[in-house]
Amino acid sequence: MDHPHNPATQLNTDAFHAINRPAAERRAASLVARRSIKGAHQAAWLLNAIACMDLTTLAGDDTEDRVRRLCAKARRPLADHIVAGLGLTEMPHTGAVCVYPTMVSAAVKALDSSGIPVASVATGFPAGLMPLDLRLAEIRYAVDQGASEIDIVITRAHVLGGNWSALYDEIAAMKDACGPAHLKAILATGDLVTLSNVHAASMVAMQAGADFIKTSTGKEGVNATLPVGLTMCRAIRDHGAATGNIVGFKPAGGMKTAKDALNWQILMREELGRDWLRPGLFRLGASSMLADIERQLEHHVTGRYAASHRHALA
Amino acid sequence: MTSIPEILETMAYGPAPESTAAAREWLARGPFGLFIGGSFTAPGALFDVRDPARDEVLAQVTQGSEGDVDAAVQAARTAQPAWEADPALRARILYALARQVQKGERLFAVLESLDNGKPIRETRDIDIPLVARHVYHHAGWATLLADEFPNARAHGVCGQIIPWNFPLLMLAWKVAPALAAGNTVVLKPAEDTPLTALLFAEICVEAGVPPGVVNIVTGDGATGAAIVAHKGVDKIAFTGSTEVGQIIRRATAGSGKPLTLELGGKSPFIVLGDADLDAAVEGVVDAVWFNQGEVCCAGTRILVAESVAATFRKRLISRMETLRVGDPLDKSTDIGAIVSPAQLARIRDLVAQGVAAGAVAYEGSAPEGCFCPPILLDQVSPANPCASEEIFGPVVTLQTFRSPPEAIELANATRYGLAASIWSENLTVAMDLAAQIKAGVVWINATNMFDATAPFGGMRASGFGREGAREGMGAYLRKDDAAKGAAPGTIDPLPATGTPDGLDRTHKLYIGGAQKRADGGASWSVLSGDTRLGHAPLGNRKDIRNAVEAAHKASGWTKMSGHQRAQVMYFLAETLDHHRDGLAAFVPMAEIDASIARTMYYAAWSDKLSGAVHNTQSAHVTLAMREAFGVMGVICPEEKPLLGALSLILPAIAMGNRVVVVPSQANPLAALELGPMLGASDVPGGVVNIVSGPVTELAKTLAAHDDVAAMACAQPAVAQMVEHESAGNLKPVWHAPEGQGRDWLEAMVQVKTIWVPYGA
Repeated sequence: MDHPHNPATQLNTDAFHAINRPAAERRAASLVARRSIKGAHQAAWLLNAIACMDLTTLAGDDTEDRVRRLCAKARRPLADHIVAGLGLTEMPHTGAVCVYPTMVSAAVKALDSSGIPVASVATGFPAGLMPLDLRLAEIRYAVDQGASEIDIVITRAHVLGGNWSALYDEIAAMKDACGPAHLKAILATGDLVTLSNVHAASMVAMQAGADFIKTSTGKEGVNATLPVGLTMCRAIRDHGAATGNIVGFKPAGGMKTAKDALNWQILMREELGRDWLRPGLFRLGASSMLADIERQLEHHVTGRYAASHRHALA
Repeated sequence: MTSIPEILETMAYGPAPESTAAAREWLARGPFGLFIGGSFTAPGALFDVRDPARDEVLAQVTQGSEGDVDAAVQAARTAQPAWEADPALRARILYALARQVQKGERLFAVLESLDNGKPIRETRDIDIPLVARHVYHHAGWATLLADEFPNARAHGVCGQIIPWNFPLLMLAWKVAPALAAGNTVVLKPAEDTPLTALLFAEICVEAGVPPGVVNIVTGDGATGAAIVAHKGVDKIAFTGSTEVGQIIRRATAGSGKPLTLELGGKSPFIVLGDADLDAAVEGVVDAVWFNQGEVCCAGTRILVAESVAATFRKRLISRMETLRVGDPLDKSTDIGAIVSPAQLARIRDLVAQGVAAGAVAYEGSAPEGCFCPPILLDQVSPANPCASEEIFGPVVTLQTFRSPPEAIELANATRYGLAASIWSENLTVAMDLAAQIKAGVVWINATNMFDATAPFGGMRASGFGREGAREGMGAYLRKDDAAKGAAPGTIDPLPATGTPDGLDRTHKLYIGGAQKRADGGASWSVLSGDTRLGHAPLGNRKDIRNAVEAAHKASGWTKMSGHQRAQVMYFLAETLDHHRDGLAAFVPMAEIDASIARTMYYAAWSDKLSGAVHNTQSAHVTLAMREAFGVMGVICPEEKPLLGALSLILPAIAMGNRVVVVPSQANPLAALELGPMLGASDVPGGVVNIVSGPVTELAKTLAAHDDVAAMACAQPAVAQMVEHESAGNLKPVWHAPEGQGRDWLEAMVQVKTIWVPYGA
């Protein structure tokens, strides 16, 4: 990741404020209905989504071979004729590959010289209910294996209990353990339930030095939703206005379609601006979304509706 | 064409045009005649209908003449009895119409966007779905009418005149309830935007609407005036400007045609210190940058707490930058074209006046042509014309306040009373504001929400009557509310003959809880045959003025609970009973007994006329509160001087109003006797004020008084004058018949609809 780190600032709970859920839901619904992206523009936006994608596998049955297959798709996300048909001079690639710590080594080897970073989840993903020293050790292990981005999970209990200094200290310690790696703080917003909690947790994570804030592990009952994304984007804007520091955003979990990719990018463009459509500040945590994007792009090139079984599997 | 690598640099949205092919094909059917008696007439004198965004002629339509209006009214009249007689048919036809709207939704949406200039996103996502929703809802009312409104009758032929800002939606709001109730209609769409009404006429044929049930007459204000003036029209419904509403009020005065008026507004948009400011900023977008701000209920006056004003202003200005103004048919357009160059010029002129008066303007960007950028006028003092004049464009003003009471004061400092939007995360405070703001619709943490089952309509100069829900259906059903009775005679203030009956009794006006001598220092003899019942004080304009002021001071009565008012009114019944013999000098004992019974009756009612919670959208509470008007004028009948007066006073005060009463001129003494009894019964001073004198003069003063909110008038002889004079502040006038019941109470309240979305 080429973006500079977000330096920690002091814990400041004055930055919290209540979020009105019905209003956030209305804005999220109208935001994507207000913008329509067609033709070549749609193709470009879908390509941009690939460039911002953390292509992910986080399953109990992950194997090194499975990870290598994913990395191959990250390097060549589209069939050659699609790339040519879109007028691109070189094969695009995804923003990163995201795996469990024990898979980092295999991923790093598979992505050698591709320029694609490896992101690792850590800190007792997905629940995070492990002793802090073990969680910090896990971060150091993943960094040591070659991960340049660490997706940590927060202790939801600190948010639900309003224990903000404990949350701040925990994330600050994790950031320290990351060393040169960027830290993405997964808030597990489905567990936090209220948008006011989401906003408060976002502010504390950014104050503690998170380089990205991320919605979900993909394992909660509710994953990335647009009202949650809207709330987190506004928190990023608020933090920037208060400190001058810039933080990235990563929705993750439940996003499967090319339409989702467009909607989330519209949210970024409208609420945070053009800069948040670059991989340095925006990632889509997804697995199956890429297949749908590839189908849509092939349709754009050929005019025929496409079939996934004719594309390379991730 | 831009290459994909180039787009990847800018990440621009690119064009997303909606096709106009089907709409153009339909427009080629023009020039259009009028839809009368189930078919289109041959085109007559034609005028151009323009697409404001592209500055081109879309179609030519017919200027409806007086003769055309007459033909349409005749067709409606002929069709009406059979239509009213078959509610099952009405339900089937309305259902078919709702389906036809949905089946043709794209054509309607594109045509509406072409004609009005509004964005396709809004016609597609808001206007047309609301049209279908409204027609479905009223298909249901046709089915349920006999159960829910037993013995109700349709008015007959309804004349309906609608504006250009939501052409098809306003048509649906007018036509659907009228048809459901069994009326037939003659509707005039706005001259700028008649096209979707003509398309609607075509689907009426497809849906099997019997000939003559729906008649569409296009034309300008002259055509509208012909509808208003036509003797064969039984009810008038108008949505449009307050100025035209006043003209219609005067034109129909005394005609007996019931009237509903949905007029202008200058609605407050209040942001409290604890509001979710991002939500409120987005609220402004939905309030005033929806439909180019051409919305009668637009929240055009931002009132923001000083504590958050700087942050709010900054975020609002930055939000203005992401609004896209341009081609209405592009699916990524937020703000389309202004309806006409004339309207754009009016907007620009008012903004220039506002800036000249000291406002600081922030403008977004807009393309050349009939487009207006979003405009924020900051530092707008209440004296700035932009703070009080309805602009009807994408222009919003910003003022600050220090405390919730000051916010209420600023919010209510307007002649209008259509809507209000309140933003706070503290529902306790938000509901306090909602209760105190004079507006027919209040949205809490939301704005511009509409539903067929949420009553919509205004207070004050924003008009009267409600559209939607049960309340709206009531406006299309006939009530036997024509006052009957004798006209007032003449008053001779000079000494008269007549024998006194016992010791002289002194009667005074009753104002502010005290007996007052008439300002003019005169009285007249009240005779019953040869017997002089006494002298009545000869009240004048100044006494009315004083009485209205006293009534305003008695606002505590309106804030009391129904139960507290009931106790006072039961006590009044007791006092009346105690004074039966004294009153018997002025009215027969039977009338006194009936008066006591009526007092008991309305005491019983005073805590029982509840509002409603309407079933609008999920996760919304939509309240329909019944609120007192405040200060009402009451013109009593000549007959039954005690019972007639109490029949109006009691329901009015039971609902929390304070009243200025003009008693029977022939015999005001019984009503004047009430004064001290009211005081003795703990009715607070100023709640009931009684001014005797020449009824016509006093009624005229009351009807013309801008600080009297409504009138109840039981003197048919002055009805026309009262209606005419009431146009000044557009106070509703109820013509009260003799009797009692729920209708009397409902005439004394206005509905305030409060929307409260919720969600953790």
